[in-house]
Amino acid sequence: MSALTHTIAPGSRTPTYYVADEHAHAPGGSTYIGFWIYVMSDCLIFASLFATYGVLGGNYAAGPAPKDIFELPIVAVNTTMLLLSSITYGFAMLAMERNKVSATLGWLAVTALFGAAFVGIELHEFAGLIHEGATPQRSAFLSSFFTLVGTHGLHVTSGLVWMVVLMAQVASKGLVEANKRRLLCLSMFWHFLDVVWIGVFTFVYLLGVLR
Amino acid sequence: MSHDAHIEDAGHGHTDDHAHGTLQSYLIGFGLSVILTAIPFWLVMSGVIANKTVTALTIMAFAGVQIIVHIIYFLHVDFRSERGWTAMALIFTVIILFITLSGSLWVMYHLDANMAPTAAVMRDMP
Repeated sequence: MSALTHTIAPGSRTPTYYVADEHAHAPGGSTYIGFWIYVMSDCLIFASLFATYGVLGGNYAAGPAPKDIFELPIVAVNTTMLLLSSITYGFAMLAMERNKVSATLGWLAVTALFGAAFVGIELHEFAGLIHEGATPQRSAFLSSFFTLVGTHGLHVTSGLVWMVVLMAQVASKGLVEANKRRLLCLSMFWHFLDVVWIGVFTFVYLLGVLR
Repeated sequence: MSHDAHIEDAGHGHTDDHAHGTLQSYLIGFGLSVILTAIPFWLVMSGVIANKTVTALTIMAFAGVQIIVHIIYFLHVDFRSERGWTAMALIFTVIILFITLSGSLWVMYHLDANMAPTAAVMRDMP
């Protein structure tokens, strides 16, 4: 331990000691990485649902095939809604970094409207399918389809609830550090759902109609 | 390990090492994702490529590129934020994702192909 003597400055009588393990942890400093781990685990849920759809997606049980029931124009509109909500959430984040409360709330409201439009169109599509008799009980293809797309829709719905709660919190407490942290976590969640949707529209809708 | 190194460590905090986007990066990401979404939809809806396998492979390639664009421009994953742990967790997830998807499809395809005997297979049985 000869190195210890180096920390004593020449002429100084009392050595200075440092606790090596003590480094600053800002409040909530590990929240981002923790939330990211959650998002990644959620990704694995979707991986297993995609795998299920990949295995069962061709088993129609003499029922309707993707070509018969999917309407690509509606899916295109839905994809546009989710893409627009992603960029408007980005604008909300930029407003948040400049500490503009009303701009942040405005962009969040626009994002929530696009998200609500997405969920509304998806529910309309589901209602149409069920009305035609393409219910989840009809075939393995439809069971796995409703599970995969429905799980994504539920995620978007819970993201919307979260967004409304955060808008209320920002409106009452302003853009305090804790609210910024929460908004950044929701940002990760929201953009992640958009990434999952890329997989859904490509592998379920486009490849389904192509088959 | 010298004490000097420990002292440097002590001053290193976990404060603001989370990556942020700029207006420019969001707009680039949005523009790219609009293009990468529109082309696959157009390819399938118009059926310009007669060969379905080629169309399928093309739209899967577009999806792969678009996912990477979203991860970089919207999720801001890089090797600097959180000292690289964000990227490490992502890489680990992608590996598990690949094993889950390819393994399930591979195993279930072979089960399907080998477990349901057709008339021809039945005839060859002793």
